[in-house]
Amino acid sequence: MAVELGDEPHVLAVDDNLIDRKLVERLLKNSSCKVTTAENALRALDYLGLGNDTLEGTVSEVNMIITDYCMPGMTGYELLKKIKESSVLKEVPVVIMSSENIPTRISQCLEEGAKMFMLKPLKQSDVKQLKWHLMKCRN
Amino acid sequence: MELVQIQRRLVDYTKSLFMEGFLDAQFLQLQQLQDDSNPDFVFEVVSLFFEDSEKLLNELTIALDQPNVDFKKLDSHVHQLKGSSSSIGAQRVKNACIAFRNYCDVQNIEGCLTCLQQVKQECYLVKNKFETLFRLEQQIMASGGSVPTIELGF
Repeated sequence: MAVELGDEPHVLAVDDNLIDRKLVERLLKNSSCKVTTAENALRALDYLGLGNDTLEGTVSEVNMIITDYCMPGMTGYELLKKIKESSVLKEVPVVIMSSENIPTRISQCLEEGAKMFMLKPLKQSDVKQLKWHLMKCRN
Repeated sequence: MELVQIQRRLVDYTKSLFMEGFLDAQFLQLQQLQDDSNPDFVFEVVSLFFEDSEKLLNELTIALDQPNVDFKKLDSHVHQLKGSSSSIGAQRVKNACIAFRNYCDVQNIEGCLTCLQQVKQECYLVKNKFETLFRLEQQIMASGGSVPTIELGF
């Protein structure tokens, strides 16, 4: 998944909360990222090409996935696992966000391969940190 | 009223909202995301919050009115409201939601009913506060002025 230097990174942001989606989108755009949002894990999987409803030829490339942990249906943790199981997508950094600071939850996600775990609500400094990691991964 | 006076009033009013705990630092984050290319960002997000919270409060009222209260569903709705209020910096609403969740955890209906009232009250109060804030901002912009930014550490 080669990305040229100077391209805006494309981030997929997954969150069932409308306000949080709007906030994370704005934060990422302010850090010069291209953003696609999804309101749940299933939609995210479809977008990534791992879903049951993915149409041929519509798979988009993303440089990072940031997802809420608590979502109805499939959680962010389960989404993380699906991504890591995919040969195509397992190298894409996944960041988990949560409003709850639960150490076992954090270590569970990190052990499963999440790049970072961030506490909500997200701030500009959090996203700057994320972007830095992202650029580091790409180079 | 002169522009400078309205601007002063806005600054003082905003500060009072922080002092009284209606808003916390997350609101400043929201304001920082507003710029010339997104001049209405705060208004849009806050408006979304009130639309969303109204729905959630209705759901909560209905859920608590059932003969067999589904506490899991209740908690899920409160969790959503807690998340949104936290994201816009509506501190008192957030805190009321935290108390509400504690009563959901122990399945205390009376406690939940009281908390629902409190959450409704806090949403109502902060909504009025925001309306005043936005009205002051509009007055400033109508007079050709710019909205002063609040500095941290007052």
